[in-house]
Amino acid sequence: MTPKTTDGLHLETISIALDGRTLLSLSAHVRPGEILTVMGPSGAGKSALLAYICGFLDPVFTGSGRILIDGGDLTGIAAEKRRCGMLFQDPLLFPHLSVGGNLLFGLTPSIAQRDQRRRMVEQALIDVELEGFYDRDPATLSGGQKARVALQRVMLSAPRLLLLDEPFSKLDSDLRQQTRGLIFARAKSAGLPVVLVTHDQADADAAGGPVIVIGEDNRR
Amino acid sequence: MERRTEDHPGRPLANGKTVSRRFSLSGVVLVMIGLPILAGLAGTVGPAFGLLPALGGDHLTLSHFAELAAQPHLLRSMQISFSTAIVTTGLSLAIVMLFTAGYAGTRMFSRIQHLVSPLLAIPHAAAAFGLVFLVAPSGLAMRLVSPDLTGYVSPPDWLVPQDPLGLTMMAGLIVKEMPFLFLVTLAALPQVPLLQARQLSASLGYGRIRGFLISVWPLLYRQIRLPVFAVVAYASSVVDVAMILGPALPAPLAVRITEWMADSDLRMRFLASAGALLQFGLTMAAMVTWLALEQIGSVLLRRMSGSGVRKADDRLLRRSACAVMALSAGLVFLGLATLLVWSIAGLWPFPALLPDSFTLQPWLRALPQAGVAITTTISLAGSSAAIALLLAIGLLWQGGHRDGHPMGSVLYLPLIMPQLCFVFGLQILSVTLGFAASFPLLLFVHLIFVLPYVVLSLSQPWRALDRRYETLAAGIGKSPLQILLQIRLPMLTRACLTAFAVGFAVSAGLYLPTLLIGAGRIVTITTEAVALSSGGDRRAIGVYALLQTLVPFGGFLIASLVPHLLFRGRRAMRI
Repeated sequence: MTPKTTDGLHLETISIALDGRTLLSLSAHVRPGEILTVMGPSGAGKSALLAYICGFLDPVFTGSGRILIDGGDLTGIAAEKRRCGMLFQDPLLFPHLSVGGNLLFGLTPSIAQRDQRRRMVEQALIDVELEGFYDRDPATLSGGQKARVALQRVMLSAPRLLLLDEPFSKLDSDLRQQTRGLIFARAKSAGLPVVLVTHDQADADAAGGPVIVIGEDNRR
Repeated sequence: MERRTEDHPGRPLANGKTVSRRFSLSGVVLVMIGLPILAGLAGTVGPAFGLLPALGGDHLTLSHFAELAAQPHLLRSMQISFSTAIVTTGLSLAIVMLFTAGYAGTRMFSRIQHLVSPLLAIPHAAAAFGLVFLVAPSGLAMRLVSPDLTGYVSPPDWLVPQDPLGLTMMAGLIVKEMPFLFLVTLAALPQVPLLQARQLSASLGYGRIRGFLISVWPLLYRQIRLPVFAVVAYASSVVDVAMILGPALPAPLAVRITEWMADSDLRMRFLASAGALLQFGLTMAAMVTWLALEQIGSVLLRRMSGSGVRKADDRLLRRSACAVMALSAGLVFLGLATLLVWSIAGLWPFPALLPDSFTLQPWLRALPQAGVAITTTISLAGSSAAIALLLAIGLLWQGGHRDGHPMGSVLYLPLIMPQLCFVFGLQILSVTLGFAASFPLLLFVHLIFVLPYVVLSLSQPWRALDRRYETLAAGIGKSPLQILLQIRLPMLTRACLTAFAVGFAVSAGLYLPTLLIGAGRIVTITTEAVALSSGGDRRAIGVYALLQTLVPFGGFLIASLVPHLLFRGRRAMRI
C-alpha cells in the first residue's frame, strides 16, 4: 500500500493572470482520496483555477503551469478528454431529462448494454438513498436530493479527479454538512484526488486536507 | 394613482383606463389579422365548392375538385412541393443546429453571425436570381471550369436550374431560410444556460456537439419551434423562388395555382380555389410530417444521451457545419456580384469569365421604367413598416404580447398559414365586393405580413431592457406615457429602427400578396423582377434583382446610421 509519488494530482507552478495581473500561483500534490482546499475571497481566481485544471478557462485569463494526473499530462488536452469531474454551485440537472436520464448522461459509455446501464443507475440512486427516483422530474426534487443526483452523475462518469466549485454554498447549514460529508466520503472511497474551492472555513475543516489560501495579499 | 384622479377630475380611474385601452389595441390587432385570414379562407373555400355568384357559381358542387384531380401530373407537383418543404426545413435546421452546437460562444460564431445577418435583408427572389446566374449551364460556375476542364465551348444542355427534382429550388430556399433560423436561434440563446451546460458536459467528457445537443438543444428548439413551422409552411407554398429555380413541367403546386389564378379566363378561379385548398392540405400534411420527425428526433436524442457515448472528437463535423454556413452565405454574395456584372455587361460570350466590355446601357434603359415600381415599393414598405412599428410598440407597451397570450398565436398565423390559401380568397372577396386594386388595400395586406416580423424583432430587446430605469423614472414622478417617450423609446432607438428595417425588407420582398392584391395595376420592384424570370433578359434581371436588394438594404443602412448621428456624444448608446 505504498503510494507512488506520481499517484494523484500534481499541480506544477500553476499561475493564473488577468490583464497581466497575476491572480494566483501555486504548486500542490493531491494524493488519491485527499482533499486540497483552496480558500480565498470572491474575485481571487478560485473558479478560474478549477476552469484551468478542467480545460475551459475563459480566454480573458491566461493560465500557465502543468497538470499531471497519475503521471499523465493533462495540460493542453481538450476539456472533454480530461475526464475531470466537476461539481458546480448549482446542481445543473437537465430539466428535460428524468433523474435517471440525467444519470445515464453521466454514466461512462464503457458500459454499453442498456439493461446493465439502467441497473447501474438504479444502484447509484440507492447508494444515495434515492431509491425509485429513476423516472422522477428533477424539478420536483429538494435541494439536497438534487445535489446528490448531481454527485452521482459525475461519479458515474468515472472521473480521474474531482473538482468542487463551492458546491455546498447554496444549501442551508444542516443540509450542507450532510451533503459535504457524503461527497467527501464518496470521493475518498473512490480514491479520487479532490480540489475544493470555498470561502467557508468550515468546509476546509471538514475536508481535513491541506489548505491553500489565495488572494490575501491582493486584498491588502 | 390617486394623485392622477385628482389632477384630472371627471376622468375615469387611471387604472380602469389602462385596462380598457389594453383590450382595445390587442383587440384591434387581433381583428386586423384574424378577420382577413378568416375572410380570405372563406373566400377560398366558397369558390372551391362552386360558390361565387359574381361568376355564376350559385350551387354547391365538387366538380372543381374533379377538374383539379384531372390536371396532368398533379401528384408530381404535390410531391415536389412536399419534399421541398421537408428537405429545406430539415437541412437548414440541421446546419444551424450543428453550427450553433459547435461554435456558440466562440469568436468564429460572431464572425459567421456578421456574415450571415445581412442575408436576411436580401429578398428571396434576388438571392434566387443570383443562384441562377451561378449554376446555370452558362453561369459563372461553368465559365470558371470551361473550356479547360469540361471542353465546352457552348453552354451544355442541362436542365439546371429547373431540374425536375427541384434540387436547385431547395438550395435557393436553404441559403435564405438558414439565416432566418440562425437569427431566431441567436435571439433564443440568451435564455438557455449555454456556458454552464457546455462546461458540465465537457467535464463529463462529451464532445461539444453531442454535449450541446443533449443538454441545450431541447430547450432551445422549444423556443424556435414556431419559426421552424413558418419555414415548413413557406417552403411548401413558395411561389417566387419556385418560378425562378423550380422545375417547369410540372411546376410545384403553388406555382400552378398562381398561374390558374392569373388566367384571363375568370372561370379558372374555381379551379384555382380548389387548388388553394389542396395547397392548404399539403402544407398541413408537411407540418404533420414535421411533427412526426420531431418525435423521431427526440427519441434519437434520448437514445443518444442514454447510451453515454461521448464522441469527444467532433472537429470534422463541427468544421463541416461551419464551412457549409460560410459557403452558403458566400454563394449568395457571389450571386449578387454576378448579378452586378451582368447588369453592366456588354457582349459576354459563353466560356469567357468576364464580359468583353462594360456598359451602363441596361441601367439607363431600365431605370426610367422602374421608377414607378421603386416609388411604390418604397412608399408601400415605408408606410407598412412604420404603421407596424407603432402597433408593435403599442402592443409591447401594453403587455398584450406575452408568452401564452392568445395574441401571440394569432400574430404568427400569417407566417404559418400558406399565403396563397387566404390571399386568393381576399382577392376574390375584394373583387366581389367591388374594391378595385388600391394602394390602401395593398398596404393593409402587407401590414398583415409585416407586423409579425416587426413584433418578433422588437420584443426581445424590449424585454431585455433593464426595468430599473423605468422604476427609477416612476419614482421621480413620471407618468407611464412619459416613461415610454422619454426613457424607453430613446433607449430602444436602435432596436426600433432595426425592427422598422426588418418590416421594410419583408414588405419590399413580398411577392404573391402584391401580385394578387395589386392585380397587375400596382407593381413593385419584386413583382417586376419575378415577371422578368421567364423572359431571360439577363441584363434586365441583373438590374431589377439588384434594385430589389438595394431598396431593403437602404432601410438597414438608415437603421445603423441614424443612432450614430443621434447619439454622437453618448458612448454607451453606440454598439
